[in-house]
Amino acid sequence: MKVSCPFCGNVCDDINFDGEVEREKLCPLGESKLTREKRRIPYPMVEGERVSYDEAIERAVEILLNAKRPLLYGWASTVNEAIRLGVILAEKVGGVYDTTSSVCHGPSILATIEEGLPGGTLGQAKNRADVVVFWGCNPAEAHPRHPTRYSVMVKGFLVEGRRLRKTVVVDIRKTATALLSSKFYMIKPNSDFAILTALRSIINGNDNAVPNEVGGLSKSQLREFAELLLSARYGVIFFGMGATHTRGQDRNVEALIKLVQTLNRHTRYILQPMRGHFNVTGADAVACWEAGYGYAIDFSRGYPRFNPTEFSAVQLLRRRDCDAMLVVGSDPVAHFPFDVVRHMAKIPVIQIDPHYNLTTKVANVVIPSAISGIEAEGTVYRMDGVPVRLKKFRESEFWSDYEILKAMLERVVERKGGDVVW
Amino acid sequence: MEFTLVTARTMEQGMFVEDKLSEDYFKATACCEMNPEDMNALGLKDGDRVRVTTQYGSVVLYVKRSVLDVPRGVVMIPLGIYANRILPSESGTGTPIYKNVRCRVEKTDEEVLSIEEIVREVVG
Repeated sequence: MKVSCPFCGNVCDDINFDGEVEREKLCPLGESKLTREKRRIPYPMVEGERVSYDEAIERAVEILLNAKRPLLYGWASTVNEAIRLGVILAEKVGGVYDTTSSVCHGPSILATIEEGLPGGTLGQAKNRADVVVFWGCNPAEAHPRHPTRYSVMVKGFLVEGRRLRKTVVVDIRKTATALLSSKFYMIKPNSDFAILTALRSIINGNDNAVPNEVGGLSKSQLREFAELLLSARYGVIFFGMGATHTRGQDRNVEALIKLVQTLNRHTRYILQPMRGHFNVTGADAVACWEAGYGYAIDFSRGYPRFNPTEFSAVQLLRRRDCDAMLVVGSDPVAHFPFDVVRHMAKIPVIQIDPHYNLTTKVANVVIPSAISGIEAEGTVYRMDGVPVRLKKFRESEFWSDYEILKAMLERVVERKGGDVVW
Repeated sequence: MEFTLVTARTMEQGMFVEDKLSEDYFKATACCEMNPEDMNALGLKDGDRVRVTTQYGSVVLYVKRSVLDVPRGVVMIPLGIYANRILPSESGTGTPIYKNVRCRVEKTDEEVLSIEEIVREVVG
């Protein structure tokens, strides 16, 4: 049978499984995810002592109910069914729901709220795109099968692979993806916004307003780049942390959206964020169904409020503004700036995760879970929002994220009243 | 010497990200990549140790010659706890600035902290 790889936002759904996973179609990341033995959390623990699932869940619920403003964070490595319960749990305990988007594509979501997303699917990129731009992203290392499945070498209905497709990489360093490209523009750090604005000016016929050099690119390079963009019958711009983690952040992404809007006056273009974890798109989308916002949602007043500068996990921890934390399928101790991790170590932390990671070291309650997409089934959203059903193809002694969160939510509802549409 | 620090996902960091107590993950994240000319200017060779310091903190890492082309003046550290030891949390959008932070790089004989040690240092 075919199974899907629950690692990156590609969610490759063509992996053969016949009792064992066939390695033929796996990239190094997928091979590590699906075949490498890793250190698991062996059993539920409270303060380092082995307990039953029931006892760990009870302690976790006590922590959440006793907190004034608990933070419920992570969600990118689990399935939509579990995420939905997480959003409801955040509402019931008057906490804050935040996802790993707040440390990666959060600025892209802000820009999308301002400008809309001229989006499409990876299928459209594969079948139609004759110009493909990678702006500040490196799929050769972060989404290794993206070039062969969707964007560079793949044959589409209307574009017969690499020969007829122009591939452009824009980055501050020559990445492995740049080696695959037909054109590489090395730009200066922090110059994305200026370069995007210059490109729009040239496409709009205002190149007199563009100086001789912008962000390390000469005016003739910028003209050449603009012409290359306009030569597309159908173009796609993929972008990553090179836009969101640098000066400008959401403004860089707004400039990308505006560039795509400008290009659409001449030809057809779409824009696609390169989402990292296999269901980070779902972590935002499910919260949008439930609460109207994707991440950084505060329920402490009984209704959802969205403000990433106030309610994103890093900012909340930075201001010491949460007094307990539930971490699901994520490792903030490894991935947050160090000063906010210090606050994590001072508050009660509950962790739900299959693997022993650095957050396990500070967690007071540790609840091991089955690996979503391998040991537990569910639906996820690929990076372009296309739903993919993940199968369970290995047995596990561990509870799924859904089962753990359902048990927690049942106890919260029992004590606080109200009901849940399961 | 002054540099611009960028963090980035690497293949090795991704391969071992779910196995963070492994030697493989340590090797994949307790390092930085530099341009060979910058390394020569600092008297560094592959596998030497450097102290990377920003206004937010300081960390000792192994240095690697850039396989492709990290430009001169740039230091690349893979995503992870070593990079985050010296990055800021403040931000206007809620998302920290994980790239393009000014830093200083100097050769050192100090040891690179193990994963256990850096967690203890970060947690405080």
